[in-house]
Amino acid sequence: MSQNRSVELDDVQGLMRFGYKHLTEACFLLLHVKDPAAARAWLAQAPVTSAVKADPLPETALHVALTSEGLRALEVALDLLAKFSDEFVAGMASDAARARRLGDIGTNDPSGWRWGAGERVPHVAVLLYARSGRLAAWEQEIEAQCGAGFVRIERLSTSDLHGMEPFGFVDGISQPHIDWERKRPVHDQDQIKYSNVSCLGEFLLGYPNEYGLYTPRPLLTPQNDPGGLLPRAEDAPDQADLGRNGCYLVLRQLHQDVHGFWRELDRQAEGNTDVRERLAAAMAGRKKNGEPLVAPSGESADNDAPAQRSNLNNFTYETDPRGLRCPLGAHIRRMNPRNADLPGGPGGILSRLWRMLGFNTAAREQDLVASTRFHRLLRRGRPFGAGVMPTLSAMPSSPGTETGLHFICLVANITRQFEFVQSAWLMGSKFAGLTAERDPLLGHRLPNPGESPTDGFSIPQADGPDHRLNNLPQFVTVQGGAYFFLPGIRALRYLTTTNSKGV
Amino acid sequence: MGDAVTPQSQFMLVAQVTPGQERGLRELLKTMTSKPGMADPTNAVLPFGQFERLHFARLVVLDDPTLGDIEAHGVTRPNLPVYLAFIGSCDGSAGECIADLAQRAATGLRRIFMHCDGFNADGDLPAWIQAHQHRLAANYINWVGRTVRQVKEESALQRALAAKVPRTPLASGAQAQQLRRKLIDFVDAEVSAGRLGLTPPEPTPLRWKIAKLLHLVAIPLAGLILLPFLIVLSPLFIFILRTKEKTDAEICPPPDRAVLLELQHLEDYDVTNQYSAFGSVKPGLFRRWLVTALLVLINYTCRHVFTRGFLARVQTIHFAFWAFLDDKRRLVFTSNYDGGHEAYMDDFINKVAWGLNLAFSHGVGWPRTGWLVARGARIENKFKHYQRRHQLPTQVWYQAYPGLALVDLKRNQRIREGLERASVTDAQAQAWLQLL
Repeated sequence: MSQNRSVELDDVQGLMRFGYKHLTEACFLLLHVKDPAAARAWLAQAPVTSAVKADPLPETALHVALTSEGLRALEVALDLLAKFSDEFVAGMASDAARARRLGDIGTNDPSGWRWGAGERVPHVAVLLYARSGRLAAWEQEIEAQCGAGFVRIERLSTSDLHGMEPFGFVDGISQPHIDWERKRPVHDQDQIKYSNVSCLGEFLLGYPNEYGLYTPRPLLTPQNDPGGLLPRAEDAPDQADLGRNGCYLVLRQLHQDVHGFWRELDRQAEGNTDVRERLAAAMAGRKKNGEPLVAPSGESADNDAPAQRSNLNNFTYETDPRGLRCPLGAHIRRMNPRNADLPGGPGGILSRLWRMLGFNTAAREQDLVASTRFHRLLRRGRPFGAGVMPTLSAMPSSPGTETGLHFICLVANITRQFEFVQSAWLMGSKFAGLTAERDPLLGHRLPNPGESPTDGFSIPQADGPDHRLNNLPQFVTVQGGAYFFLPGIRALRYLTTTNSKGV
Repeated sequence: MGDAVTPQSQFMLVAQVTPGQERGLRELLKTMTSKPGMADPTNAVLPFGQFERLHFARLVVLDDPTLGDIEAHGVTRPNLPVYLAFIGSCDGSAGECIADLAQRAATGLRRIFMHCDGFNADGDLPAWIQAHQHRLAANYINWVGRTVRQVKEESALQRALAAKVPRTPLASGAQAQQLRRKLIDFVDAEVSAGRLGLTPPEPTPLRWKIAKLLHLVAIPLAGLILLPFLIVLSPLFIFILRTKEKTDAEICPPPDRAVLLELQHLEDYDVTNQYSAFGSVKPGLFRRWLVTALLVLINYTCRHVFTRGFLARVQTIHFAFWAFLDDKRRLVFTSNYDGGHEAYMDDFINKVAWGLNLAFSHGVGWPRTGWLVARGARIENKFKHYQRRHQLPTQVWYQAYPGLALVDLKRNQRIREGLERASVTDAQAQAWLQLL
């Protein structure tokens, strides 16, 4: 194929590489273009943070992402816009079919969103991060800069819950390990063992993905980039790659009913605190401190991962096929089933053939969900609101507060990654052979046709019928969302030039 | 079980839509649905729900917008008609099911077929229908022997037991045995009270058994007879195959956005979805013979091997079939599957891309294969574009058991089996309780 160029880190937005743990303050500005020329002018020189490691660590960071509405508002040529992926062009709240797929129905319906639907689809998201105490000034500075071109339609504030999400669990432990060095071989071959390492192209456009292919993205003829601003495509050297070093960013505002969550668990546990904590852990798949219910194995699925993380992230469910330790429907098991392409391990060539044909019963039973590596998300969300400590919230009088998660994930393919995980794994009521439940934390509880309920949760027991929680209320409500393009920095600059208006 | 199997069949009636009648037909089909594409089981034209042997059914207008693709092979675009297909999956023989439909839904069927060429409103409906029944090239049934009645009864059984079973941990295997016996008594009482039904399976039809046995033997026998020729011809075969695999045109542009949206508009109202696809077979005798032979093989394995819940690694297809049209110039594929479209296609790519390539790479425009099984469908985006571009909107789709996926059917079946077993070990009793 092509030369294995190393990644141009100075062209990649830093959010792809860093979660900015030290920048404990953050807010996300959702903007509408009011003056295209002024908007372009600001974007042309906006102080976007790159993925180059800074020493010392930066005091602030800024990222810019655009929706397809935003590209239209910036007067980007329509034929260029059409080269982006379907779901990005259409938008998250564009049609009822997508809403059904994503579970954005009932109280999650886009018609009730605060932003993201109809006139309230943002054009541009400016993500601001700062060290403690520095955000206000940083935000003021940026707002002053972009005020001429943009008007703010929403400000998503975030809060520092010290690495926890509002229900009280340590969050953000499971992340794919991205192969920045491009060491992972690029070829299409079944993976017999689960690995936490992902090809760069699963997250960054312009590089080979797990199929060994380049995910479609806008490629332009050189005439459209006369200044040679954009890198050339690895797989098509005669074309300018607008996607390279960029990715898609999915943002969803998820309201969490923390009070309702702990009250419900308290009810299910009949007031027994230990039972309540056990049920909560079963639903999440981890204890509140992040410890997974399936013990980490000695063998590493991720050779390069930082040591402290791998302790909490270094496991698969191979030793727990029935879900006796971590229920099959637990949130983290749905989000990331951690399985390989073919169940049953390496084996000989005949054994593999046998399993490929579906004849191995044991392997088949583990095969309802497979090939996790094509459905990974790089998560960059931040919580908002106060979160509530369970001891307080479980008390019946404690009021509900506005708290939740600004869920962010970065992907190269919205459909195969975010939408697949959201629809097949989280909202899917038949995930892994389960039949009457969706994700215990995130699921809506609307029944399936035929009045078959989906508001349960099963906890398998070794010696009898599953322990079942029934009539669970909905804990998480979608309040907004949009699909963005998080361009490489050169691509962002390109989009501000007149060349992007078409020639 | 071996001696009491009610076989399942699939049928497809195909009739040419009279030019000028297509709009009226589409209007009529729309009246049969309650949600876009979803049949109202009690609709006035064809009240599917009254036919208790019908698993799935659909009415689909076969109009191929990709007909011109064949020009890439230097062949002029043929002028082929638009068809209406009426498709069903049923218990028992297709003939009986169709006859039943023709008798009990005669008025509605007449209203539908009125839009088709050569249909005489006062003529002999059963004879017309029989004349328009189309042979299927390959036929897949997820679980041979599982009837609609069984599915419904077992679902009711599961619901009753799941609500009844105490969910406290059990101290011993003996306790599991005791609990199982208690639940059996409960079911017996429910059955006598008429609240549950557990109809015993009917004996296997002898004709079906004999036909199956003959087929089981005849195909390998034919293969054996042909083997010497195949061996002699194999170098030539390989040469032609490899040449074509390197030169056949790939036609995989993204599907039109409006068309895609129309297809998605018909999906995800239930846990099961429909898929109908249509396309041209690559011109020339080589592809024609090869696809015919491969579909004979696929049909053979579906009939004799993949009859117990899985088609190779895919466990989410209820029913599917392939059928030729227009003197094998065109191929129709339909399926009823669990989950969303994207998951279905990812399953295909990640689990059985080789099988897709065997079955579909003879279609005009398929992403290029290597040695008949490699690449092709593994070229993710080309394949996804291709299959969406060849998908047809299914105007009316009926399913007999809403909300139930194959994982439900299989589990419920195991619950029933465990219930009816005369004696079980402690471990079996525990495993059975875990199903509830």
